[in-house]
Amino acid sequence: MDRSGTPLWPGLALAAATSIALVAYGVNPWLTLAVALVWAGSLFLIAINPPAEEIIKVEDPFSSDNMAQLVEYSGTPILVMEGSRITVANRAARKLLGKHIIGQDMRVAMRHPKAIKLLESKKNGAANIQGLVRRRDVWRINRQNLGNGVSVVELLNQTAETDIARSHTDFVANASHELRTPLASILGYVETIKDSEGNLPPEKTEKFLDVILGEGRRLQSLVSDLMSLSRIEAEKHDKPRENLPLAKLIERASKDAAGLERADRLEFDIEKDMTVLGDERQLEQLVRNLVDNALKYGDTDGKVTVSLSETDNAEAKISVTDTGNGIDPEHIPYLTKRFYRTDPGRSRAAGGTGLGLAIVKHIVERHLGRLDIASELGQGTTISARIPAQDT
Amino acid sequence: MNDHTVKAFDEDITRLRGLIAEMGGLAELSIQESLEAMLKGDAALAKGVVKRDKKIDALESEVDKLAVRIIALRAPMADDLREVIAALKIAGVVERIGDYSKNIAKRVKEVEERKHFEPLTLLPAMGEIAAEMVHDVLTAYAARDPILAREVIATDEKVDAFYNSIFRNVVSYMVENPATISSAAQLLFVARNIERIGDHATNVAEMVHFAATGNYPPDEDA
Repeated sequence: MDRSGTPLWPGLALAAATSIALVAYGVNPWLTLAVALVWAGSLFLIAINPPAEEIIKVEDPFSSDNMAQLVEYSGTPILVMEGSRITVANRAARKLLGKHIIGQDMRVAMRHPKAIKLLESKKNGAANIQGLVRRRDVWRINRQNLGNGVSVVELLNQTAETDIARSHTDFVANASHELRTPLASILGYVETIKDSEGNLPPEKTEKFLDVILGEGRRLQSLVSDLMSLSRIEAEKHDKPRENLPLAKLIERASKDAAGLERADRLEFDIEKDMTVLGDERQLEQLVRNLVDNALKYGDTDGKVTVSLSETDNAEAKISVTDTGNGIDPEHIPYLTKRFYRTDPGRSRAAGGTGLGLAIVKHIVERHLGRLDIASELGQGTTISARIPAQDT
Repeated sequence: MNDHTVKAFDEDITRLRGLIAEMGGLAELSIQESLEAMLKGDAALAKGVVKRDKKIDALESEVDKLAVRIIALRAPMADDLREVIAALKIAGVVERIGDYSKNIAKRVKEVEERKHFEPLTLLPAMGEIAAEMVHDVLTAYAARDPILAREVIATDEKVDAFYNSIFRNVVSYMVENPATISSAAQLLFVARNIERIGDHATNVAEMVHFAATGNYPPDEDA
C-alpha cells in the first residue's frame, strides 16, 4: 500500500459513504452493493499494481565535462593536461595564453624551460616563472597529478607581489639614504669641532653649528614627513568624516606655511566657501605642502596664488599657482613618487625632503579627489586638488 | 586546425609544435641571460648559456627527424605540409638565434672594466627589443597569428636603428678612449649579434605568416 504512494483507505471510505448515501436515497441495495464491490475492487487493483516508478537519472557530477564547467569561470587560469596535451583550459587560461592552446602540446602554451621541466616531470610540484606571457610578469605554476596521466595545472599571478616587494625594498633603500646624508654631515662637523679642542676660530664654530642645526632640522622634517606618510597610508581606506568649511582652513594653512617673512607673497582668490568631508589635519598639511613648494620653487619674489573654486562636477578645487621656471613635462608623471626630485641639489638646499607631493597625493586619494599638475616652462606651475564637495 | 582522420598525424604535429616551442623557450632564456651576463660580467651565467645551446641543437635535430618522418609516413598536403615545412625552417632559425646568444655569452669575459664602460649601458634597451621580438614571434607561431607576425616584422626597423646608433656611439667612444678599444670592439660584435637575432626573428615571423596563410607577407620596402 505504501508503495503506491496513494493510501487505500480514503478511497474505500468514500466508496462506503457513497453506498450508504445511495441506499439512504432508496436505490436498490443489491445494485448499490455491486457498484460498491466494483469500486472497492478497482481500488485494490490499483493498490496492488502501483504505477511504475519513474527512474530519474542523476548524472555523475564529477565527469570530466562537468569538471571543465566547474573551473570555467574561475578567475585563476586552470589547465587540465592529459599526458602532455592540454585538454581543458578555462576562460582565464584562454585569455592569458590564447584560445589556440586547447588540444595543443603544453610546451606550445608555456615554453619557458622551467615550466616545461615542471610539466614534463611526472611529479607534483610548483615553480615560479618570469616572463610567461609578457616578459616582465611573474607566475607561479602549480601542478597536481590526478592519476591516469591527467594533471591539473594552476597559474597564479605573482607580478603584483613581486612589484610590491621590490617597491618596498626601494623605499627602504631610499629612506635610509635620505636619512644618512644629513647624519653624515652632522657627525662630520661635530667631530671637527670636538677634535679642534677649542682651537677653532669662533666664527668657524658658529658656521659649523649652523650647518649642524640645519641638517638636524632637515632630519626632523624628514622623519615627521615619513611618519605622516605612513599614517596617511594606514588610514587610506577609512573615509574622512568631518564636515570642513575650506576657506578658513586654506587661509590658515597657507599663512602657516609662508611664515611671517613670506606672508606678503601670498594672494588669495576664494570664490565662495565650500564644505567637504575631510580630515582637518590632513587637508591643512595638503595646503601647507603645496604652498610651501610654490614659495620655495617659484620665483623668489613672485606671488603665489591660492584659490578655491567650484568645478562643474560639484567638486571643491584648491589650486596653488606660482610664477617661476615651471616643471619640465618629462618630470611630471614622477612628481608624486617618494624621493623623486627634479633637481636634487636645489631641493636639498631648500630643505626639501622629496616627500611633499607624495604626501599630497596620498591625502587627495584618501579624500577621493584628484590631483592635477599643470606647468609651463618659464611661466610657472599650477597644482590643483579637486575634492568632492558637500551640499551646504 | 581541424582534427584529422588519422589521429596519429594530429599527435605528430602537436609534438612537432611542442618541440619548436620548447626550443623557442630555451632560446628566449638564452638571449635574456647572455645579455644579463654581459652587463654584470657574470661568468657562471654565461657558462649556463653556452651549455644550453647543446640542448637547443639536440632539439633541432629531433625536430628535423620528426618532420622528415611525418613527410615520409603521412604525406601531408596543403596547410599540413606548410606547417611541417615551416616547422623545419623555423627550427633552423631558432637554432641560429641560440647560437648568437651563445656567441654573446662567450664574449662576456673579453669585456673589461665594466663599471666605467659607458657603451655597455646602450645594450639593454636594444637587447630588450630583440628579446621582445623573439618572444612575440614564438607566441605568433603558437597561436598561428599572422597579424602578430607582421607586427614583429615591423619592429625590426627599431632594432636596426638601434644598431646604427650604437655603432656610431661605440666608434666615437673608441676614438676618445683608445685604451678600451678591444672591449669596445667586442661590444660592437655583441650589438651585431643582437641585430642578427632581430633579423632572424623577422625570418621566423615570415614563416609563421606563410604557415598560417600560405603566402609570405608583402615586402614593406618594395
